[in-house]
Amino acid sequence: MKQFISFVIKEAKHILRDKRTMLMLFGMPLVMMLLFGFAITNDVKNVRTVVVTANSDYQTQQAVERLSQSEYFTIVRTVAMPQEAERIIRNQKADMAIIFAKDFASSKSGLQFIVDAADPNMAQQWTTYASQVLMNPAAGLINSKMLYNPQMKSAYNFVPAIMGMLLMLICALMTSISIVREKERGTMEVLLVSPTRPLMIIVAKAVPYLALAFTILTIILLMARFVLGVPLQGSVFWIYFTSTIYILLALSLGLLVSNIAKTQLVALLVCAMVLLMPIIMLSGMIFPIESMPRILQWVSVIIPPRYYISAMRKLMVMGVGVEQVFFELTMLTAMLAVLLALSLKTFKTRLE
Amino acid sequence: MIRYLIQKEFLQIRRNAFLPRLIVVFPIVIMCVMPWVMQMEVKNIVVDVVDLDRSTQSQRLVHDIEHNNYFIFHGQKDSYAEALQDIEHTDADVVLVIPQDYAKDLTLGRQPQVLIAANAVNGTKGSMGAAYLSQIVTANRWSSESHQAGLNGRVATEVDEVNANPNMSAIQSKLSTLYLYNKHLNYKLFMIPALFAIVMMLMTGFLPALNIVGEKESGTIEQINVTPVSKWSFILAKLIPYWIIALFVITVCLLLAWLVYGITPAGPLWLIYLLAMLLALFFSSFGLIISNYSDTMQQAVFVMWFFVVILLLLSGLFTPTRSMPSWSYLTTYINPVSYFVESVRTVFIRGGTLLHIWHQVLALFVIGIIMASWAVLSYKKNN
Repeated sequence: MKQFISFVIKEAKHILRDKRTMLMLFGMPLVMMLLFGFAITNDVKNVRTVVVTANSDYQTQQAVERLSQSEYFTIVRTVAMPQEAERIIRNQKADMAIIFAKDFASSKSGLQFIVDAADPNMAQQWTTYASQVLMNPAAGLINSKMLYNPQMKSAYNFVPAIMGMLLMLICALMTSISIVREKERGTMEVLLVSPTRPLMIIVAKAVPYLALAFTILTIILLMARFVLGVPLQGSVFWIYFTSTIYILLALSLGLLVSNIAKTQLVALLVCAMVLLMPIIMLSGMIFPIESMPRILQWVSVIIPPRYYISAMRKLMVMGVGVEQVFFELTMLTAMLAVLLALSLKTFKTRLE
Repeated sequence: MIRYLIQKEFLQIRRNAFLPRLIVVFPIVIMCVMPWVMQMEVKNIVVDVVDLDRSTQSQRLVHDIEHNNYFIFHGQKDSYAEALQDIEHTDADVVLVIPQDYAKDLTLGRQPQVLIAANAVNGTKGSMGAAYLSQIVTANRWSSESHQAGLNGRVATEVDEVNANPNMSAIQSKLSTLYLYNKHLNYKLFMIPALFAIVMMLMTGFLPALNIVGEKESGTIEQINVTPVSKWSFILAKLIPYWIIALFVITVCLLLAWLVYGITPAGPLWLIYLLAMLLALFFSSFGLIISNYSDTMQQAVFVMWFFVVILLLLSGLFTPTRSMPSWSYLTTYINPVSYFVESVRTVFIRGGTLLHIWHQVLALFVIGIIMASWAVLSYKKNN
């Protein structure tokens, strides 16, 4: 046991002495939380609009007034001809144009939108918002309630995603690189012939990263709660429980990669390409899974962060009880068992 | 001299078992998979309806929702609490509650309130879903109104706070939208030019940096430092192979975009190559700077990852720069990736020419030169 502890302490010292990596490790969650919480959003804002109207009668003026008062649109110019508006859009000075027909007031003809559809998503959002602002459907008819996230802050959606990505990054990437580095330097041979059991060495390597992952998790949760204002509605115990399973899963993945890779570069690239890229793309972190084609939806079934992120969203933001996340927990535990078995099986006590 | 060094680099890349495969497979995978994935479109929203009225009017509304392609109709529930359970279980995204006496109130000209409760953990999804659902409700209401008006022989005049729309349904039908540059609202067209940025970043940023730091770690950089090879030759010899590879990769991506998606650039092709090379200049210099200050591969990777993620996120690649708060919008002025993304989209999608993007090209050039000078100055042969 003493041997094990001393190995753990040695590993911890290695990590702590590398100031630059530590800085990045702690800086990354901070920066990502700040970015996602405040800077990255899909909200409709400051849409540069050109108003095209041949005559400015009362009705048109009223409509334009409503447009400029809304927070979504900024009226850049008012011109008389649609071609002029198109030219302005082409020169990238405006995003959309609203054309009021000549007899708009007497409602014999209507409106036309000309929209820069390079970004089709935003273009559709702009037209929806514009038609809502202009038409102004009877306000009393519909009562919209946004559940769990009344202010529609995008932070709520991103924080679980950041947790999933960072924990995977730390545990899988760093663990695998640290083990493979020993192989590359040649010190692995020395460790293998020492009296300690080889498996104990590997576990001793993983333990400091476990502690690191927990620290980072706590930092993220604290930041989310106090800086971003994301509520921690669910029970903290279950959040930590699910996170532990996920961290152990990521560690086994790191172990598996380190068994396969011979050089650091390979370990790095495998982790980055085969793990991180699919995780970022297919786990529902940034892009919703429902919008993907069927095949990719099936592929995302085997990606662990998908379940972790959805469990975190339910527990943290929606504040539901643990019964609702049973499915995710079972999937995560099953994956953990499989990965652990695989990594132990491929573990070689001899250098090839 | 430099020719031999470049030859050596190419040989080393080829001998590495992993790298050539990565260079070929990775762009292909990115081009083939990512555009399908990067649909930020809000689709397939699951709706639960609670109809407390059960009149022909309300049933017609339910019918409208059922047959709308945008929503997936989950079912009718008996109470709001039941439907809420569906939301908690993420079986449904939006709940629509039609109150009792809905049809009666409509006939009497009153305003019955319909409740739309949307799961807004994903704010965009929640608000878009609610917005579309409310459009259906309004359309249903106006159609019933005119139906009613037809029956009663009088026109219902609404006293909204807005006098501009005496009869909304007429205007509804006369609202037309012209989408420029991307008639089919193809999101892939929007994302593919942006993918070039990611590819360039990896090929010309990460790989050279890892290369140099790898040499530092294995000690062979000391060996080359004591040779007569000048600083410039060494750096150029490290970078040029990766630039050539990057050009090759971009060509493959363009070909793939044409073959797989039928997407071709609307503007001149040489501009896209020019922009890509300017971005390569920046990323190469950046990788070089980081490798000069790092001792191990792990450090280099983490520092690069850190900055690259920030650059990419703030560049308008995934989310529009105009939606950012003003302080973070200022950072786009010094973010070369944002210039690249903007200009490559203008050329690719909108068919812009050098006239339209000259200030972005200039900005990219200036930033590239500054970074390159920093990189060369910070490389010291004797430590």
